[in-house]
Amino acid sequence: MNHIEFIPRKLKEKFPSVDFEASDYKGELTIKFDKKFIVDVCRFLQSDSELEFKLCPDITAIDWAVRKNRFTVVYNIFSLKNNFRLRLKCDVDESDCSINSVVSVWQSANWQERETFDMYGINFKNHPDLRRMYMPEEFEYHPLRKDFPLMGIPDSMPLPKK
Amino acid sequence: MGLEAYIKDSGFLTTQLNAIIAWARKSSVWPMPMGISCCAIEMMAAGDPKYDIARFGSEVMRFTPRQCDLMIVAGTVTYKMAPVVRKIYDQMPEPKWVIAMGACTSSGGMYRSYSVVQGIDQFLPVDIYLAGCPPRPENLLYALMKIQDKIGKTKASQFHNIPAGDQSISLPELNVIRNN
Repeated sequence: MNHIEFIPRKLKEKFPSVDFEASDYKGELTIKFDKKFIVDVCRFLQSDSELEFKLCPDITAIDWAVRKNRFTVVYNIFSLKNNFRLRLKCDVDESDCSINSVVSVWQSANWQERETFDMYGINFKNHPDLRRMYMPEEFEYHPLRKDFPLMGIPDSMPLPKK
Repeated sequence: MGLEAYIKDSGFLTTQLNAIIAWARKSSVWPMPMGISCCAIEMMAAGDPKYDIARFGSEVMRFTPRQCDLMIVAGTVTYKMAPVVRKIYDQMPEPKWVIAMGACTSSGGMYRSYSVVQGIDQFLPVDIYLAGCPPRPENLLYALMKIQDKIGKTKASQFHNIPAGDQSISLPELNVIRNN
């Protein structure tokens, strides 16, 4: 079975109204679509008996800095049944910097969405516990954004007195 | 060698109290192993039979700060970790010394980044900066000998007026995840 042709075809059959943009780079399949459908598509990919993408090893984001849709949220998911990795991409604009959480589909998305929120400031709607993952709780910035300076913002993280 | 020669002779020796206290202090420096990252592996190696930190009276790594004289900060200190390191330092009884082991603790090292403190001397008084990434165990033993030299030159009277419960030290707020 050729997954690279099969998976986009199956998605188009299931969601005829969604515009899927599939691309193949050296056997790595990437599917891009509108962020509105993220939970529905993920639940289908996870539960369909032919696909069974049961693992979600990584969720991250890209900051394109100057592009119109500034962020892209990237989901790497894995099917144990087919031994196949799939990458999902959804654009998120800075004006509405949020996307629906997929914790209801994969439990492992919990901490990965917290990490993405911490580093990029993307809000995951309906996330059960959206706290910062790495930075101190009272920190106000998002370090992996392109406009964050390498050495940080002075005095944003206080040190103990000498 | 050592005191035994005097004891065999007459059983008495003449010295200053300062000197004998300093000698006792420097011969049993108990380290607080503040092992935060890879330098801690070399610090552990310094305790093994090949390098044998026991030769210098420092084999008792105490994992409670109350029993320590020397803090070996071994590893990258992030801004999130800094209050924890400082709190443990504040819990150590006086007199106390600090070795900044490795490039990260001395200057931030290769982590020139928003998250890493660029040198722990920004929030701790440091006695020895130990070069290396990570430093070899011999290097750590050399730093320990330097600390011993420094302790050997101290006078007990320098420390005698430090009150038991030092009120001037205010413990920093522990700034870590609260409900995890």
